[in-house]
Amino acid sequence: MPSYVARRLAYSIPVLLIASFLLFAFVRATFDPTARLRASRDPHAIQRERARLGLDKPIVVQYKDWLVKFTHGDWGQSSRTHDRVAPMVRGALWNTIQLIFWGILVSAVVAIAIGIYSAVRQYSLGDYAFTSLSFIGLAMPPFWFGLIAIQFLAAGPRNWFHLTNPPFFFVGLHSVDASGVVDYARHLVLPVLTLTVQIIASWSRYERASMLDAMSGDYVRAARAKGLSSWGVIFKHAFRNALIPLVTVMALDIGLLFGGLVITEQIFSIPGMGKLFIDSLIQGDANVLVVWTVVTAAFVIGFNLLADVAYGALDPRIRYA
Amino acid sequence: MPSDDLSVDELEGVEPEAPPDVPRDAVLSVRNLHVDFPSDDGPVHAVDNVSFDVFENEIVGIVGESGSGKSVTSMAIMGLLPKRAQISGEVYFRGRALRDLPDKQLRRIRGAKIAMVFQDALTALDPVYTVGAQIAEAITVHDRHIGKADVQDRVVELLRLVGIPNPGHRAKEYPHEFSGGMRQRAMIAMSIANEPDVLIADEPTTALDVTIQAQVLEVMERIQERTNSAIILITHDLGVVAGLADRVMVMYAGRAVETGTVDEIFYSPQHPYTLGLLASLPRLDEDSRRVRLHRIKGQPPSLVHVPSGCAFHPRCQFARLPAPCSTEVPALRAIDDLDHVAACHFSEDVVKVRPDDLKTEAS
Ligand SMILES: Nc1ncnc2c1ncn2[C@@H]1O[C@H](COP(=O)(O)OP(=O)(O)OP(=O)(O)O)[C@@H](O)[C@H]1O
Ligand SMILES: [Mg+2]
Repeated sequence: MPSYVARRLAYSIPVLLIASFLLFAFVRATFDPTARLRASRDPHAIQRERARLGLDKPIVVQYKDWLVKFTHGDWGQSSRTHDRVAPMVRGALWNTIQLIFWGILVSAVVAIAIGIYSAVRQYSLGDYAFTSLSFIGLAMPPFWFGLIAIQFLAAGPRNWFHLTNPPFFFVGLHSVDASGVVDYARHLVLPVLTLTVQIIASWSRYERASMLDAMSGDYVRAARAKGLSSWGVIFKHAFRNALIPLVTVMALDIGLLFGGLVITEQIFSIPGMGKLFIDSLIQGDANVLVVWTVVTAAFVIGFNLLADVAYGALDPRIRYA
Repeated sequence: MPSDDLSVDELEGVEPEAPPDVPRDAVLSVRNLHVDFPSDDGPVHAVDNVSFDVFENEIVGIVGESGSGKSVTSMAIMGLLPKRAQISGEVYFRGRALRDLPDKQLRRIRGAKIAMVFQDALTALDPVYTVGAQIAEAITVHDRHIGKADVQDRVVELLRLVGIPNPGHRAKEYPHEFSGGMRQRAMIAMSIANEPDVLIADEPTTALDVTIQAQVLEVMERIQERTNSAIILITHDLGVVAGLADRVMVMYAGRAVETGTVDEIFYSPQHPYTLGLLASLPRLDEDSRRVRLHRIKGQPPSLVHVPSGCAFHPRCQFARLPAPCSTEVPALRAIDDLDHVAACHFSEDVVKVRPDDLKTEAS
C-alpha cells in the first residue's frame, strides 16, 4: 500500500507538469499583461514591457523560467493588486479548505444518516419525506438557495425580532470585533448549507440505494442467521459494504463541490479560491490565474489519490498492482 | 445495543406449549406451514401446508425440483423471510413455538441452536471481512465473554475440522481468495461453530464438482457423528440423499408429497412424482446404451396458478380425470407402514410399479 501511494504520487508529477504547461500556455494566450499599455503614446512601451516580462521569448522558455521560480517559492506578483501571489493564494486556499472540510463532513454525515434511515424504513412516511426533500434540494440552484437562506435564516429573523446581529452571519468567516468557536460556527452555517444542499440530496439518495442493495445481499441474511441483531447486521455488514460504492461517488462529486465554491464564496463574500478566481479572471490577472489553476489541479489530483486509497482500504478485493 | 446476558438455557425454563400432535422427542417440528409472497399476478404459494419432524441424531433429506419451496421452508424455520412474506403455521424447537418468540429471544436460538448453511457460499460470505473474522463473529455473538485468543484457536480448529489446509493462514484470507469448495467448507465451519442442535444445509454441494461434493458431504457426515446434531439436508440430488439421509421428504409445488425412510422412498415409492424422479436416475448396473431413462412430461407448475386438486395431476400418468385428481387435494396418508406417507389418491397402484419399469429400451 505505501509503495502504491508513492508510485501514484510519482505518476502525478508528470501529469501536473503537463497540465500546468497547458494551463500556462492557455493563460498566456488569452490574457495579455501589456493590454493596459495599448493606450500609451510611447510606441515602444509595449515592446519594453514585453521584454521586461520575458514575453518575447518562446512559450517553452517562458514556462521553464516560470517553473523554476515557482518551485523556488517565487510565485510572481499580481498585476491587479501588485501583492505577491504566494500569500494571496495561500490565504484564499486556507479559507476554501475550511469550507471544503466542513462541507464534506456535513454532507457525508447527514447524507449517510438520511440514507440509512430511508433504507431501513423503506416506504415509511419519513422515507417519503426525505425523498421529496431531496428532489427539492437537487432542483435548487445554490445561488438561489443561498439568497433564500440569508433571507429566512439571517436577515429576516434580525428584522422580525429587532436583533442587533442576525442568528447566522452571512459575510466572511469571522467577525471583525469577535472571535471564538461560536462566532466561527455562526459564520459557517449558511455557506456550508448552501454548498452542501445539492450534495446532501444526491448522496443521500445514493446511500439509500446502496444500502437497500447491500441489505438484500445473501451475506446480510447469513449474518442474521448467525444470530446478529438487525442493527448489528445493518452497521457491521450492510453499511460497511454500502460504503464502497458511496465513496466512489463521493470522490467524483468533490469536483461539484469546487464548482459550488465559486458561487458560495461570492454570495457570502468569503475571500477563498472561488472568489480569487472570479476577481482575477475579470481583471485578466494572468500571474494569479496560472498559479490558481496549478494549485487547484494539484488539489484535484490529491483528492483522487485519497479516494483511490480509501477505496482500496474499504474493499479487500482491490489489489494494488 | 441491548445487552442480553441471559443464556439460551434459561429459555429452556419456559414451559413448552406445543400441541399434542408434536412429538416430545422431536428437536424440530414444522406444522401446517404456509408461505405466500404477494406478486403482481396474485399470491405466489411458495410453501403450502408443510409439516414434518426432525429427531435427534438424524439426517432428514428434503428433495424437490427447483422452485418447489425448499429454501423458503428453511428460511421460514430460521425466521429470516422478508416482511412481505405471509406466513402461517408453526415451527417448534424442542416444543417451543418459534414464531411467537420476540426477535431478541429468537436471536439466541439462531446460529446457536439452529444454524444454516446457505445455498450459495459465494454470496453468503461477506466480501469485506476475513473468513476467520466471520467465523469468529458466529462465536462471539453467542458468547460475549470469550477471550480473543480462545476465539482464534476455535476458528482455526473449526477450519481444520472441515478440512481446510493451513487453517491458521487461511483464516486471515478474504472469501474471494478461497475456491468454491473451500468457501462452502468455511460456511459449514461457521454454521457448526456453536455445535447447533439442528443444522439446515441448503444444497451445500450443488455448486461444486463431484469430487469436492463428496468431500464436503463427508465433512458433514463427520460433523454429525461428532456433534450429534440433527441435519436437514436440502438438495435436488437424489444420490446425495440416498448416501446420507435417514429419512426423506419429497416436495412438489410447495407441498410435501411423500415422506418416509430412505429405503421406503427408494424401493417402494408411493407418489408418482417420486417414482418419476427415481426412474429418471441412471443406475450404475444398467447399460446406458440400451436403457432410456424416464422423463417426467410437462413443466413444473406455476406457483401462482397451482393446478387444482393434486398439483401433479397434469403431469401424472396415473391420474384419473376429472375426479378425483383434479378436484380434490390428496392428503398425506399411509398404506402400510404408518411413517411412510404419500399425498396421492392412488398410492396403492403406484407402489406396484418399480422405477425401472418406466425406463424403456433404446431402439
Ligand atoms: N423473496 C421472495 N419473493 C417472492 N417469491 C419468492 C421469494 N423467495 C422465493 N420465492 C418463490 O418461492 C418459490 C420457491 O422458492 P425456493 O427458493 O424455496 O425454491 P427451491 O426449492 O429452494 O429451489 P432451488 O432448488 O432452485 O433452490 C419460487 O417460485 C420462488 O420464486
Ligand atoms: Mg433453494
